Amino acid sequence: MNIIALVKQTPDTAQLSAAMDGLMLSADGGPRIVNPWDEYTLETALQAREEHGGKVTALCLGPPEAADALKTALAMGVDEAVLVSDPAMADSDSLASARILVAAIRKIGDFDLIVGGRAAIDGNTAATAVQVAALLGIPLVSYVAKLRNLDPSDRTVTAVRLLEKARETVTSRLPALITVVKEINEPRYPSLIGIRKAARADIPVWGCEDLGLDPSGVGAGASGVVWRTELPPVREAHIEMIDGGPEDAARTLVDRLMEEKVI
Amino acid sequence: MDFELSDEHRMVERMVYDFARNEILPSIREHDRNGTFPHELLPKMAAQGFMGICLPERYDGAGMDFISLGLLSEGLEWADSSVRETIAVHLGLHALPVFQWGTEEQKERFLPPLATGANIACFGLTEPGAGSDVAAMTSRARKEGDTYLVSGEKMWITLSDVADRFLVFAKTDQEEGTRGITAFLLERGWEGLSTGTIKGKMGVRASNTGWINMDEVPVPESHRLGEEGEGFKIAMSCLDNARYTVAAGAVGLMKFCLEASVSYARQRRTFGQPIGDHQLVKQLIAQMKQRVDLGELAVRKVGWLKNRGMRNTRETSMAKWYCTESAFATASDAVQVHGAYGYSDEYDVERHLRNSKSAVIYEGTSQIHQLMQADYEFGNRTDRPLRCEMPAYDPAYWQS
Amino acid sequence: MASNLLVWIEQVDGQADPIAWQAMAAAEKVAGDLGGSLTAAVFGDGVGEIARQAIEAGADRVYTADDPSLARYRVEPCAKLLARVLEHEPSSVVLMGASTAGLELSAYVAALAGAGLAPDCTDLHVEGDRLTAVRPALVGNLVSTVTFRGTGHRFVTVRRNIFQPADPDATRTGEIITVPAALSEDEIPTRVTSVETADGTVSLTEASIIVSGGRGVGGPEGFRPVRELADALGGALGASRAAVDAGWIPYAHQVGQTGKTVQPDLYIACGISGAIQHLAGMKNARVIVAINKDADVPLYKYAHYGIAGDLFSFVPAIAEEVKKRLGR
Repeated sequence: MNIIALVKQTPDTAQLSAAMDGLMLSADGGPRIVNPWDEYTLETALQAREEHGGKVTALCLGPPEAADALKTALAMGVDEAVLVSDPAMADSDSLASARILVAAIRKIGDFDLIVGGRAAIDGNTAATAVQVAALLGIPLVSYVAKLRNLDPSDRTVTAVRLLEKARETVTSRLPALITVVKEINEPRYPSLIGIRKAARADIPVWGCEDLGLDPSGVGAGASGVVWRTELPPVREAHIEMIDGGPEDAARTLVDRLMEEKVI
Repeated sequence: MDFELSDEHRMVERMVYDFARNEILPSIREHDRNGTFPHELLPKMAAQGFMGICLPERYDGAGMDFISLGLLSEGLEWADSSVRETIAVHLGLHALPVFQWGTEEQKERFLPPLATGANIACFGLTEPGAGSDVAAMTSRARKEGDTYLVSGEKMWITLSDVADRFLVFAKTDQEEGTRGITAFLLERGWEGLSTGTIKGKMGVRASNTGWINMDEVPVPESHRLGEEGEGFKIAMSCLDNARYTVAAGAVGLMKFCLEASVSYARQRRTFGQPIGDHQLVKQLIAQMKQRVDLGELAVRKVGWLKNRGMRNTRETSMAKWYCTESAFATASDAVQVHGAYGYSDEYDVERHLRNSKSAVIYEGTSQIHQLMQADYEFGNRTDRPLRCEMPAYDPAYWQS
Repeated sequence: MASNLLVWIEQVDGQADPIAWQAMAAAEKVAGDLGGSLTAAVFGDGVGEIARQAIEAGADRVYTADDPSLARYRVEPCAKLLARVLEHEPSSVVLMGASTAGLELSAYVAALAGAGLAPDCTDLHVEGDRLTAVRPALVGNLVSTVTFRGTGHRFVTVRRNIFQPADPDATRTGEIITVPAALSEDEIPTRVTSVETADGTVSLTEASIIVSGGRGVGGPEGFRPVRELADALGGALGASRAAVDAGWIPYAHQVGQTGKTVQPDLYIACGISGAIQHLAGMKNARVIVAINKDADVPLYKYAHYGIAGDLFSFVPAIAEEVKKRLGR
């Protein structure tokens, strides 16, 4: 069974303490980790390989430093890792990213299953993996909390999806793309032996030319949206004391909370 | 000269800290409070390869170097001293000496189950009446045929009630002082061997500390480590390993205290500003950072010496003395920064302060290390070559 | 050039998800500036009533598809159908709720249409003919503005409970356009074999509303009004360490340094003084309400609204008011 695991490198939000703002984290040089959701991706892929044999290829789109995330994937036990990186790809939106990933997936070749995380903690669009499935035209099973049955001979996968108010069991044809949520497993740590091998690994880097992509068809110029990210306006906590008896105070408070759009 | 960690080291560091954050921190406060040993961690540590991190692959180790051992110790003690102690004792005081002093047959027999964590091991040198003064030991071994009968009592033994392998020291020649001491490898279940736990420790309460009682325990000659009378040299060489993990661990403890203090000082406000804006708090933070940086340098240098197979008794002693005293001061300052909350178990710095006191006592008190350093300076102390030196770290050997 | 707005109405078994009307409200907010008409699309099995509601909620036209294969949302049939509808609706801003289904469907159809996407938005603006969406990023520590290039199809999903729908207007009229399903059941690659409704408990770390009790609740039974308010708001129940240590409530509910770190939109603290170790776990909540007998507790420095009074009379009154206003 050939599995492709989509992995992203993201800022380390565990570093987010009171005064360390998100801009510092998202700036170049901030501490970077494997997108926490993708640890579940990797564990899902590795467990599937352990059960059915085959190989797992970790695929990451990002700057050259993102090779670190792939080293973690290798240390966890994936068989191969590919970094897709090209200055022309910078600032791709989710769809431009999906197009690049699709080109890389086609270059990798045969696969039975693609696994992704439900979202990346930085952009949190929950869109890229979905768009990869759409562009590849393969079945999509998102928000998977449990792989009930993965049957390479029957070419089907049965999974439990975790939705807002329900758990839905779905059977799909293979090849398919699934996105996973936290509940699905407990990701392993890289082992020491795995780290030793990963540290020495030479990770191939594919650019536009390797993928047969026109540089003008990727990156910011080919994106439908422009993102600008900044610090939220500082909210001075000037407390408003609400007076009156219980009924009056309750009415005023609920008015305020509705104005604040929190209820 | 190169101060940079390799990719491999950085990955070990990240993994160990992740492990400490996710596997140790959430439950360690309860273990510390109740004085219970976190047995559930041992299989997890073993699965990660921690128990044999720097043992060669041929003995089922992970084949990594001594810098990695330092990083492991640092990351574990960042969470709690007790977990680092397990590595210090199991690996530093038992498995590494077997690797250094054992015959090939002993290595092949004893090391693989230690490296995989199938066996947990400890070290018995200290006695109720013999701590720093090792020559005052009263444990004794009498030879009958090809069997030694070992008797005596060992005290303040980490993992005594958890371990199933014991490296103990006893006098085979009562007339001699340190030269009459011999090292033996005992196994749980042997006749005449019993262990127990000591309660009521101030800190490191999630570690197991206790006693070993030996009453005419029959030990086959195949379980003698090194030659007769070589025990003291073996014991001292063990300390070169364990003190290194203690020093590295102390750096981890300091890093935790510094991180916690910086984060608290940013949030806590007095007189209309974060306490981190007050100069005297800044001073505490600066001093903590100074100790962290200097301690880390001392530890990394020892790791480098070990990797090169160079004798490091003096440097290890210095690192252990400096780092553990610095850790005690840093934990105390961290509690000070946290104020009354720091004095409660709401914040981990209180636990780290209690823990940090133990390491200025064991593995050579700070006083012993000062005597050693002065004796080296006065030329009263020199390190002679050992019959069995710890070899330099050679990846070709370690990873084959 | 005017842009039309098209709102996908999420439904399950003939019942619209309220988030759909919130997406409709978001569409109404920018409809004037964009200058186009407001269209809805609803796919299901028996959606006539929802189509009617969509018109009452402001739609001028509603595309409906009724087919057993559409009874329960699946991405492939809905995406193909929506893409087909969009062929007749050039230059549309497509809005839907940022539910699990909405996030997925919007991304999928945006890929088919080659269009830009702004997911999980909390506000929308129009400058000239440029549509800009605002959304939180990096667990709320940053704000992103997403500006669409061009005026082709644009996809937006809106965060739940941000946009408030206006009252339905039963006098409104609109056109209903029936479209056939795009895929037959055999062409759909997935099959839903069972659906289990999840229980209503909200996890603390994921809750957008948390109501917490502290030392001031006085005992285990004191948590009852606190819990009732949490239920009325559809939120989770939290507690301070003092209440947990006293054994009034299990540790799983603890917020703070030694408990959980939470970042809800709304945090209501009942009888909590706001010691620094509690603040560590909740001070990043968007709106904080403190209810405490004592008018001078540290939490008031962080809270946005305060009620100095007995929580046992004020908390139940708030719960009543919430039920009345939200119709729960």
